[in-house]
Amino acid sequence: MARTRYFIIWKELDHGRRRVLQVFSFIIPLLLWSIISYCPLVWHPMVIVSDPGDIAHFKVDSMIKKEAFYRENAKAVEQHRKPAQGVPANPVYLPAPHEVAASFYKAFVTPPRLPDEPWLHQSLWHSITVILWGFLISSVVAVPLGILCGTYRFFAYLTEPFVEFFRYLPAPAFAALAVAVLGIYDGPKVAIIVIGTFFQQVLMIANTTQRLDPALLEAAQTLGARGIKLFSRVVIPGILPDVYRDMRILLGWAWTYLIVAEVVGNSTGITWFINQQAKYRIYDNVYAAIIMIGIIGLTTDLALAWIGSQLFTWKSKKKSVLSRLSAAYAASSRVKPKLSQEAP
Amino acid sequence: MTTHDVTLPSYLEQTPDVRARFRSISERPVVLRVNNLGKTFDSVKGAVQALKQVSFEVHRREFVSIIGPSGCGKSTLIRILAGLEELSAGEILLDDREVNGPGPERGMVFQGYTLFPWLTVLKNVMFGLEVSATSNGITGNTKEQEARDWIKMVGLTDFADSYPHELSGGMKQRVAIARALANRPRILLMDEPFGALDAQTRAKMQSYLLQIWKNVDVTIIFITHDLDEAIYLSDRIVVLKANPGEIQEIIEVPVEHPRSPEQFLSQEFLATKKRLEELIHPPREAEEMLPIIRMTQIGDDVY
Ligand SMILES: Nc1ncnc2c1ncn2[C@@H]1O[C@H](COP(=O)(O)OP(=O)(O)OP(=O)(O)O)[C@@H](O)[C@H]1O
Ligand SMILES: [Mg+2]
Repeated sequence: MARTRYFIIWKELDHGRRRVLQVFSFIIPLLLWSIISYCPLVWHPMVIVSDPGDIAHFKVDSMIKKEAFYRENAKAVEQHRKPAQGVPANPVYLPAPHEVAASFYKAFVTPPRLPDEPWLHQSLWHSITVILWGFLISSVVAVPLGILCGTYRFFAYLTEPFVEFFRYLPAPAFAALAVAVLGIYDGPKVAIIVIGTFFQQVLMIANTTQRLDPALLEAAQTLGARGIKLFSRVVIPGILPDVYRDMRILLGWAWTYLIVAEVVGNSTGITWFINQQAKYRIYDNVYAAIIMIGIIGLTTDLALAWIGSQLFTWKSKKKSVLSRLSAAYAASSRVKPKLSQEAP
Repeated sequence: MTTHDVTLPSYLEQTPDVRARFRSISERPVVLRVNNLGKTFDSVKGAVQALKQVSFEVHRREFVSIIGPSGCGKSTLIRILAGLEELSAGEILLDDREVNGPGPERGMVFQGYTLFPWLTVLKNVMFGLEVSATSNGITGNTKEQEARDWIKMVGLTDFADSYPHELSGGMKQRVAIARALANRPRILLMDEPFGALDAQTRAKMQSYLLQIWKNVDVTIIFITHDLDEAIYLSDRIVVLKANPGEIQEIIEVPVEHPRSPEQFLSQEFLATKKRLEELIHPPREAEEMLPIIRMTQIGDDVY
């Protein structure tokens, strides 16, 4: 049967269909946004005045609530004055897709209003460094601790109850404290990210470590591995791909703490940019910046996923690009000597 | 029962050759001695006695199978022998030294697949050589050569650089056998190693195992619930009974060596099988009916 069904529990779809659906996951929200933005009949609660007529307080290009516009016009007609003309519009906080698209470019090339303010790409880069430092500091302690907790009951009982407790304390609650201790620059921001990431990270990594197949440990023991060798040759390689996957998820969570972290002390980074643009009511730039965060997050994750599939080929069951290249190279170099042998 | 009782000799009857073989085996040194082994589990429902007063000895290069009904403690016994489970009573002596915890001198092949998925076949087989303290003097090259020899022995030379997920079930178990043997264990413990394989692959694996055992100085303890497999492979069969797990009988298999699949229909083979069936499925229990209610439509009687 050529037509296969879409709705079968746990049934993977073929490559083409998968791609189409994945593209649609972006097209559908974009379509909704476009309908709201470009169909004057849908929503459009405002009117932009194109000709103020005889109404004194209307001006060309000013945006007025629809009811107010019609009320004033009715009043004008009643008093035999010329009514105003206008086109339906959405409020400023919902720009149309093409406006946001344009501001993607504009936002990057528009110089900051004040000479000592950062450009957009500088703000973005600042945000990225805050995240990376926070995530790095957290990981350096949490990953080894989590692996120890998952491996040795001793460490699990010694740390997990407290970690479990601390996990419930919202990271932003430490904002004031972080500023008092670490000053107003990047210190407290990094600290918030660390606090938000660390405790989840310990528990997640510990849990992942515990899920290692115990039969592998037993097999290794009957082969003579014990103590540190059991740890370094079975536990670590066995959990590595899953730890890597956990790190990808945690890095995503770290981004969610960013917006809170960046308003701590003096506001910086992408959050500063967003707040600044909102203050000037340039909402296209606000959207562009928010979407920018999403794009950075998604591309990082896709890149990490790809790197992971190359690193852990035994898990993904695919050959890595590197091994395919080396196989191709080996094949081509195998052919050559044969030819040269036949030549003489 | 399909066999005709009248025509079968007793399983205790042995030809002179077979008798001579058993005499020579018993003259060999004892590799493994199990004395009054007992095991109780503390479970929610109270203490469960899994093994009680289990005693037997295994001589060098002997092939001993352990069979018994499900839940009689076969896995528990072999796990204790491997050192993966602690015993509650008795002692285990390997070459007259008490064993304690797992060690490379007792290799194990598990029922499930336990190859390290992140290592190639070659690296899996080298694992024991690389981690065990005794082989520290050996250089990497000799280790690799040795591992390759073992891989060749199980017929997987072409797959040395493959990962476990690229192998079939039977191939995985062959690698597991090579990996255990590469350590040169005194004794090889196998817990239903072919249990997950289909009948054909299983038959092939049995003959592989016999060939390997013939060529390698190793003593094998083999758990199975397949009576044919036990008879075909073993010198002796330890029959356990359940609740608590105790030894019912230790049977000397009267089938001649070398073994071949044609012997499945020989008198000795069938006599032994009959005896095992009597021990494992007592006639009374076999007739027990299940309390099944009728769950079919009227009018579609097929029986
Ligand atoms: N960890 C445990 N805790 C409590 N009871 C256990 C434990 N392991 C095994 N048992 C009990 O010990 C008995 C023997 O179990 P075992 O797994 O050794 O049986 P088996 O002979 O290998 O069975 P099978 O043929 O089904 O593999 C069973 O009754 C089981 O319930
Ligand atoms: Mg079992």
